[in-house]
Amino acid sequence: MTPAARRWVFFAGIAGLAAFYLWGLSGLPGFGRYPGPYGFVINHLAVAQTNATGVVSAVNFEYRGFDTVGEEFILFAAVAGVAVVLRHLRGEREKPALDEAADRDVPATSEAVRVVALLFTGPVVLIGWWLASHAQANPSGGFQGGVVLATAFVLLYLSGEFLVFRRLSPVAVTDAVEAVGAGGFVGIGLAAVAMGLPYLKNYLPLGTVPGAVSSSGTIALISFFVGLEVAAAFVLVVSELLDQTLLIRRGGS
Amino acid sequence: MQIFPFVVVVWILGVGLYGVITSRNLVHQIICLIVVQSSTYVLLLGVGYLTGGAAPYFYDVPLQTRAVDPVVQALALTDVVVEAAVTALLLAFAIQAHKRFGTLDPHELASLRG
Amino acid sequence: MSALATASVHAPSAVLMDALQVTLLLLVAAAATAVVLIRVPVRQVLVLSVYGLLLALLFLVFQAPDVTLSELTVGSVLLPVVILLTLAKVRKQEE
Repeated sequence: MTPAARRWVFFAGIAGLAAFYLWGLSGLPGFGRYPGPYGFVINHLAVAQTNATGVVSAVNFEYRGFDTVGEEFILFAAVAGVAVVLRHLRGEREKPALDEAADRDVPATSEAVRVVALLFTGPVVLIGWWLASHAQANPSGGFQGGVVLATAFVLLYLSGEFLVFRRLSPVAVTDAVEAVGAGGFVGIGLAAVAMGLPYLKNYLPLGTVPGAVSSSGTIALISFFVGLEVAAAFVLVVSELLDQTLLIRRGGS
Repeated sequence: MQIFPFVVVVWILGVGLYGVITSRNLVHQIICLIVVQSSTYVLLLGVGYLTGGAAPYFYDVPLQTRAVDPVVQALALTDVVVEAAVTALLLAFAIQAHKRFGTLDPHELASLRG
Repeated sequence: MSALATASVHAPSAVLMDALQVTLLLLVAAAATAVVLIRVPVRQVLVLSVYGLLLALLFLVFQAPDVTLSELTVGSVLLPVVILLTLAKVRKQEE
């Protein structure tokens, strides 16, 4: 099929889809007219039941905890897939000579980038840690905190300190941290089963003040483990890709 | 304003799909896939929005405040992070395809055998 | 069920919120079109970063600060870094 014919078929298809979609929209309540009831019910009950003022995190790790385990393992499997696909490549390319890059001119990182990146690495780690451990109070949580933590490691690489980045995140340690994060989440749920409760039931003391760091039982703990796992997963992805791109350049830098 | 956000959703979906279909570069295709995925985030959040509602966090506002739906926010939140990892997997496949076939053009990739 | 939640915080005026939302929606639609129409992946990555930022602002105006946090980091930093590393690897393989 020629590209032009493909384009026309696409336009016909998308016009049909848009027509159906807009026809369906005309029968639904408009934007901003949310009819409920689940949103209203959860907003009304969540703080009283779990002592967590961050209702979204309560939904993620308590009311809907089973689905979040599934999503976290999608992340785990995707990163395992990246590692498998790229490590196979690395086994073949390890052989080319390092002196192929002897006369390659690698431009040094500019001073401005180095200063800014190194200056912000510490605060970014702090912010990521804070986000991962305060899920029950603020719009934070394991997923956001983990991504911000991974960004701190990327900042290290961007400032030109690739060797420091490698030393701070060896593949074995990152793998182990990711496994601890993913296994920890499931382990908390299984500990509930061992106590005779349903899987992933909130069995830790709920605390007295809603929204305090020590309140809301397992929600804070699960969010911390999720933060570990997400951070380790993204650091692993970036370091695998960096191994691919910088294998030869390592001799010349 | 009744359906304008949802019209934008189907526009982003259509534009992203157009990019995927008429693309000549695997990495360009993957980036257009990212755009398609982002249209679903806008749809989810648009469905749960309540006019005059606040964010569903009751740390310093009274418990009786009208708030938007937290369930769709929980869905969109995990969605964003997980699809970034899946995109990384797709990019790893693109690297592998380029290594084996020497080209990133999906039309040429389709015609190679073995 | 709507009797459960009646009080409202000092909300901004409805017209202002509407205007903000409509503006951001238009900007997001324009940025999505720009991302698709640029064919060179390296330039596309920069526009993708801006698109992530605009999307994060849109989520903020939709009263979802947690999704904003996720999208900000993922869309503006992590995804562009990963894509640029892929492009560097591909270009090195072509040499």
